[in-house]
Amino acid sequence: MSVAPAQQRAGDAAPLVTVRAPRGGRTAVGLLRGTGAAGIASAIVIAIATVVAVIGSLIAPFSPTLPNLAVAFVGPTGSHLLGFDAEGRDVLSRLLAGATTSMLGPLAVVVGSLLAGTLLAVIAAWRRGLVDAVIGSGLDILFAFPGILLAVLAAAVFGAGLPAASISLAIAYMPYVARVLRGAALKERSQPYVAALEVQGASATTICLRHIVPNIMPLIVAQATILFGYAMVDLAAISFIGLGVQPPAPNWGVMISENQVGIPQGYPLPALAAGGCIVAVVIAFNVLGERLFEQAQARP
Amino acid sequence: MTVPAPRAEQALATVPPGAPLLEVEGLTVKLGVEGAQRAVLRDVSLRIRAGEAVGLVGESGSGKSMTARAIDRLLPRGAEVDGRITYDGGDVMSLSGAAMRRYRDQVAMIFQDPRAHVNPVRRVGDFMTEALRTNLGVPPAEAARRAADMLGQVGIADGRRRLRQYPHELSGGMLQRVMIAAALLTEPKLLLADEPTTALDVTTQAEVMAILDDLRREFGLAMLFITHDLELAAAICDRTAVMYAGQIVEVRQSGLLHDDPLHPYTAALAAARPDIAQTAPRLAAIPGRPLSAFEAPVGECAFAPRCPHVRDICRAETPELIGLDGGLSRCARAIELRGQLTVGHGHDGNSDG
Amino acid sequence: MRLAFVARRLAMLVASLLVASFVIFGALYLAPGNPVAALSGGRSLPPSSLHVLEARYHLNQPFLAQYWYWLENAVHGNLGISIVLKENVSTLIGSRIWTTAGLVLYASLIILVLGIGMGIVAGLKPGLLDTSALVTSAISAAIPSFVAAIALIALFAVKLRWFPALGNGTDFLSNVRHLTLPAFALALSSLAIVARVTRSAIREEADREHVQTAVSRGIPRRQLVRRHILRNAAIPITTVSGITIASLIAVAAVVETAFSLNGLGAYLVTSAQDKDLAVVQGISLVLVTAFVVINLAVDLAYAVLDPRVALGSRAA
Repeated sequence: MSVAPAQQRAGDAAPLVTVRAPRGGRTAVGLLRGTGAAGIASAIVIAIATVVAVIGSLIAPFSPTLPNLAVAFVGPTGSHLLGFDAEGRDVLSRLLAGATTSMLGPLAVVVGSLLAGTLLAVIAAWRRGLVDAVIGSGLDILFAFPGILLAVLAAAVFGAGLPAASISLAIAYMPYVARVLRGAALKERSQPYVAALEVQGASATTICLRHIVPNIMPLIVAQATILFGYAMVDLAAISFIGLGVQPPAPNWGVMISENQVGIPQGYPLPALAAGGCIVAVVIAFNVLGERLFEQAQARP
Repeated sequence: MTVPAPRAEQALATVPPGAPLLEVEGLTVKLGVEGAQRAVLRDVSLRIRAGEAVGLVGESGSGKSMTARAIDRLLPRGAEVDGRITYDGGDVMSLSGAAMRRYRDQVAMIFQDPRAHVNPVRRVGDFMTEALRTNLGVPPAEAARRAADMLGQVGIADGRRRLRQYPHELSGGMLQRVMIAAALLTEPKLLLADEPTTALDVTTQAEVMAILDDLRREFGLAMLFITHDLELAAAICDRTAVMYAGQIVEVRQSGLLHDDPLHPYTAALAAARPDIAQTAPRLAAIPGRPLSAFEAPVGECAFAPRCPHVRDICRAETPELIGLDGGLSRCARAIELRGQLTVGHGHDGNSDG
Repeated sequence: MRLAFVARRLAMLVASLLVASFVIFGALYLAPGNPVAALSGGRSLPPSSLHVLEARYHLNQPFLAQYWYWLENAVHGNLGISIVLKENVSTLIGSRIWTTAGLVLYASLIILVLGIGMGIVAGLKPGLLDTSALVTSAISAAIPSFVAAIALIALFAVKLRWFPALGNGTDFLSNVRHLTLPAFALALSSLAIVARVTRSAIREEADREHVQTAVSRGIPRRQLVRRHILRNAAIPITTVSGITIASLIAVAAVVETAFSLNGLGAYLVTSAQDKDLAVVQGISLVLVTAFVVINLAVDLAYAVLDPRVALGSRAA
């Protein structure tokens, strides 16, 4: 009996039988709606923060960087809704301008750790066996480095600054992302449709990129959201201790450090205002992230 | 020849005498489901005498597990309970404190999934002897001795070693035997067995059933045996009750249940079980799906929507339990349908064309 | 079986430490410029000092040999010399380690006692302030330690004057007073997380079937809670508490800076700013070791609490 045509075309990606692999699923809007009132409220807060991050310096009513020591720590008056900071700059303007670095840094961390983490997770899940064990052990060892510590070390070696801090955090978060996604990728990998695609001759890369990753996308998105919150906290802390964004550049973490001196003097507002911005945005990311996570888990 | 249906009480009087050990009367249970109180049991009445094995058969949602839980006072918080449960003459629902603990020693429950029902972080010995040591004040060494002996009775050799093991080191079948042994340690008079073999594979099922039956007879225990399998109940129970939509719809001598059922639902259940000795072009099934008590229509027979023998009288009101031939039936047309309910699965093995 | 698990975890610990120490040491070479420049932190040094550095760090030898010498020294407590203070790094660490240890211990106590305590109460009594408690814990969990620090300073130190704002104390009691606000700042977000996880764990355990079995046997409520709910919930609770406490080690640096405490963390930060690499390396090594050891302790505790763990990692 002659070999069936399908087998002769083993390397051909075009399937003989249409395998209905479950698509990554719902649209962004659908996902969002599923997070409930709290989730939507958080999404709005995040959207506002993002917009401010982009145009913050442009809409600031006063200069965020020009010092004027004569009015240092003066309270809210007239159009200066939040008063002045330690160097006499308008607090509100500085907050608006500071949103940029405060949001940009975490974004870099999240993108970096997600790319690396997803790659490793999918490779480990796809190859399984020895490759999985090696990657797993490697990641387990990387867990030994808390993010902040790595960032401090990087600052000592490369000099303080946002890039060094962001890269360090991305490296430190990567094992965590990889571990979470590996489990999901493994489950996806053992689904029957993957075996069906393999039998039809689809390449590993195709299956991983076009099927596995899109199907774990809700989990990836949830992870990214939660991670953004953590990255924001860590980066703000690093800037606070002086090893991240350097003053006088506007940044929420830096602002807390700069204005801390005002507290014993009875002027807590500038520092607390910066702190409040951080907390508000982090809560939004945490809440949204958790809701998205629940949704990702709930799907069959 | 119409004879007025004798009342249920009189019907039961035709069965051998003996004060019932457990008596359930008019039990109605409502649970809070998504904010509303929904009925899961409607007017359930049952009697079990000392040493008697009674089967309780039904599909999911019929309320059979709920009945056992009500008897064992294991209903979830917020459950509304009406009716009476009496054990050995005393009211069960009002028990508390020491009296409640004594009741729990006397009435032992065996659960469906042994792996879920045994604490995985404690040793087998700890599990088995906990009630003995806590409630009955038996010293640990003595309790361990009794436990090891009982393990021997359920067919587990080397009891001492098993007592030191953890649940995850035992197979499902062994764990269920441990559960049975543990239940028997407090010397109960009534066993509530909630589908004890459903979670096991068929071979193990047979073994465990045999052990349960043997020990029950040996210790002279009463048993309420819950299952979805009509034949299984008939095998080890003297009488069997059939439940549907939270109500008892038939009570009968087990032997007669299959060949001479008094309720269309029982007949349908019996017919739906594939017979290994026969071939059929299509598996018999009851149209529709089994309903819970709160989903079933009120003010009419709950089975009416799915019954092949339904008439207008069935929709007029909820039928009462009437006595017939030593059993009970909740079919409005029970007397009419006498003898006609085994169509489709006859003795001569004819399958439908 | 259990022994194999412990052995495996110990091996992982040693491997982690080796890799971490390698990274810490290797940082010297990642720095722009040559190692000497990195070690001197960009300062210009007299030739005699340069020679001392070269001899001390065996800079003429191959990389791995240098690593070996450094590691050997480190294990024996010799962590080099601070370029800034010109003293032994180990001495400098020794004088500061108790502040950090005290801070982390104090914060851990708060997390364990208050966090687990509140979680147990909330878990066992359903409906007790549920929504408000959840909201409060969600907010607290999101407050970073340094924000909590300044808020606590503003309220309790400046406004109410209950606690001192900055600095260490002199004797034990005043130390405790000085460490209280920092400990709470450090503990706050972790406290919320641990309380929440404890509550869920207890609720989940209480709903489990094996608890029903115990109820059906008439086990008294108190014993039931202790032996079946708490004992089983201890597994996830211990894991989360352990991981949370381990993470305190790194964040302590931030809190110490905020409160001007003379601890290892604050010193680490200033050394990084001053590019005093030997100190940075020394303190990093100490902190990473502590972190890894605590994680190991958590793994071991997990194995003790859950007999189902024979081999393999924590992840089920």
